[in-house]
Amino acid sequence: MAIFLTKESKVIVQGMTGSEGQKHTKRMLASGTNIVGGVNPRKAGTTVDFDGTEIPVFGGVKEAIEATGADVTVIFVPEKFTKSAVVEAIDAEIPLAVVITEGIAVHDTAAFWAHAGKKGNKTRIVGPNCPGLITPGQSNAGIIPADITKPGRIGLVSKSGTLTYQMMYELRDIGFSTCVGIGGDPVIGTTHIDALKAFEADPDTDLIVMIGEIGGDAEERAADFVKANVSKPVVGYVAGFTAPEGKTMGHAGAIVSGSSGTAQAKKEALEAAGVKVGKTPSETARLAREILGG
Amino acid sequence: MDLFEYQARDLFAKHDVPVLAGEVIDTHEAAREVTERLGGRAVVKAQVKTGGRGKAGGVKLAADPADAVEKAGQILGMDIKGHTVHKVMLAQTADIAEEYYVSFLLDRTNRTFLAMASVEGGVDIEEVAATKPEALAKIPVDAIDGVTEEKAREIVEAAKFPAELADQIVVVLQRLWDVFVKEDALLVEVNPLVKTAEGRVIALDGKVSLDANAEFRQPEHAALEDKAAADPLEAAAKAKGLNYVKLDGQVGIIGNGAGLVMSTLDVVAYAGEKHSGVKPANFLDIGGGASAEVMANGLEIILGDPDVRSVFVNVFGGITACDAVANGIVQALELLKSKGEDVSKPLVVRLDGNNAEVGRKILTDANHPLVEQVDTMDGAADRAAELAAK
Repeated sequence: MAIFLTKESKVIVQGMTGSEGQKHTKRMLASGTNIVGGVNPRKAGTTVDFDGTEIPVFGGVKEAIEATGADVTVIFVPEKFTKSAVVEAIDAEIPLAVVITEGIAVHDTAAFWAHAGKKGNKTRIVGPNCPGLITPGQSNAGIIPADITKPGRIGLVSKSGTLTYQMMYELRDIGFSTCVGIGGDPVIGTTHIDALKAFEADPDTDLIVMIGEIGGDAEERAADFVKANVSKPVVGYVAGFTAPEGKTMGHAGAIVSGSSGTAQAKKEALEAAGVKVGKTPSETARLAREILGG
Repeated sequence: MDLFEYQARDLFAKHDVPVLAGEVIDTHEAAREVTERLGGRAVVKAQVKTGGRGKAGGVKLAADPADAVEKAGQILGMDIKGHTVHKVMLAQTADIAEEYYVSFLLDRTNRTFLAMASVEGGVDIEEVAATKPEALAKIPVDAIDGVTEEKAREIVEAAKFPAELADQIVVVLQRLWDVFVKEDALLVEVNPLVKTAEGRVIALDGKVSLDANAEFRQPEHAALEDKAAADPLEAAAKAKGLNYVKLDGQVGIIGNGAGLVMSTLDVVAYAGEKHSGVKPANFLDIGGGASAEVMANGLEIILGDPDVRSVFVNVFGGITACDAVANGIVQALELLKSKGEDVSKPLVVRLDGNNAEVGRKILTDANHPLVEQVDTMDGAADRAAELAAK
């Protein structure tokens, strides 16, 4: 069954005709994603050829949904236009919007998040500044490489793209139900908690791996959630123990401010909630392996 | 990016927030003329990006232009919590009757903005929040609706500002919200917001932090950067478009993806515990691309760090194939050599993921005397730490 994304998902790509959009649409198609259209108002009515597969371009998200029944959009448009692209997706009430674009001003993210709330949160937003999500063997919405691993029974939720890939690689022989990259920006749509809740309810997931990093208190709140609501085993990893205070470490949200947002505090909160936390990505994978083996 | 007080003051003035006249100088001699322009008296304020400068003696009242020169001379060059004072602001004096606090900031937890306000300003607000939380009003502000007059009145009431100042503060709050939104700020703080003896409300000291992700629509913000204070390696990296943070260790780090690089620093630090306590020397994320040119730029910065004794290149090939990364490393080393750079520090390389075997073979075949390959991240971190400890 997996979470958020299945083989039934019909995916459109906003920004499909741009260079990143084209490159990744091709990759998503190659990994079996059912891509039903692209969106670009200036190229509406045309089609784009992806190695023999003709994908139609629509003028807007609403038209694309009406014509194709799309229920997922993957957004690659440049940061200047991302806010209006997400707002358009929300207004069209598409169930899932995956925002890959990085470098979005936080006022823009806060605005489209507020807009989603005003519209009744009918659209689940993943990202921004994230690699998207993959349900191996079924569908791939974003930029996660599809050939790292296979379908299996681990659910993964992570703030970091490359650590997602690393963890998928470490546990590639076991396989994953769904891997969700939620992004490391200060404001994001889908959180660790949203993914934990969905994995807990997913009959195809036996164990959850959650990857966090410095900044904010999302991991601490996820720990509280695990303690109260998650019966499945959860293994965790937190990056950024050596990060100095006050410096942004790559991701806009990855910053220790004063004494808050430290990796140590997150690790302690997770451990207090019964989550086994690895010191390194490979130790984390080992912990997951031990639980599944025993 | 955190701004100096004088830069915050300039942004306040730009958006019609009431402030006192002031000018910033970097030599004490200049204080005389400025103080004359300000009416013969001035407050001399150290410009440092840290709190507690008043207690440290970084704020002094000058009774006349000659006194201002002397006070500026005392403050310039002073060390405040590790920050050297290179500039002072001379500001008009004011008769302060009361001191308040207001701020707008991002509330990450609730994914919205927050207004904070208190009648107990002029002191460390974190202490007020800890010891008298009821004295600090916190009001959520919707990102789309913003601070309307109605919202501003809600803040004024929640903070219990004096009724006779309500109209003035409502206007100040809306203008500060303009600063927050129009300048793409993550924080706009006024502490203190003062009531003068004449009953005027003025932003006396301010703190502003700007969102670096908004640079695309805020071209003027680049000029606010404190280039003099930037670490020279960080400045050089920024000029090359690299995401680099200087740390105080000996193992240079290059990786792809912010999370993986952060994780690499941690793994190196653990490994260092067994190798005379060596630590990571930097954070450097070369991103998804990892072309030879980007790799060369990254290596150039890291090899230019005199503290670095070994380099750990940790790449997980996701979208980027490892053969491209391996070629990048080989070409980067040639490029640096042809530029006459001293390439003499050992490199430990770990490649995994997309096309890792081809990538490893490229490095094996290149047989570069300084390059050593280790298959796992933990193993490679250990080897890099060992080499740095020698």
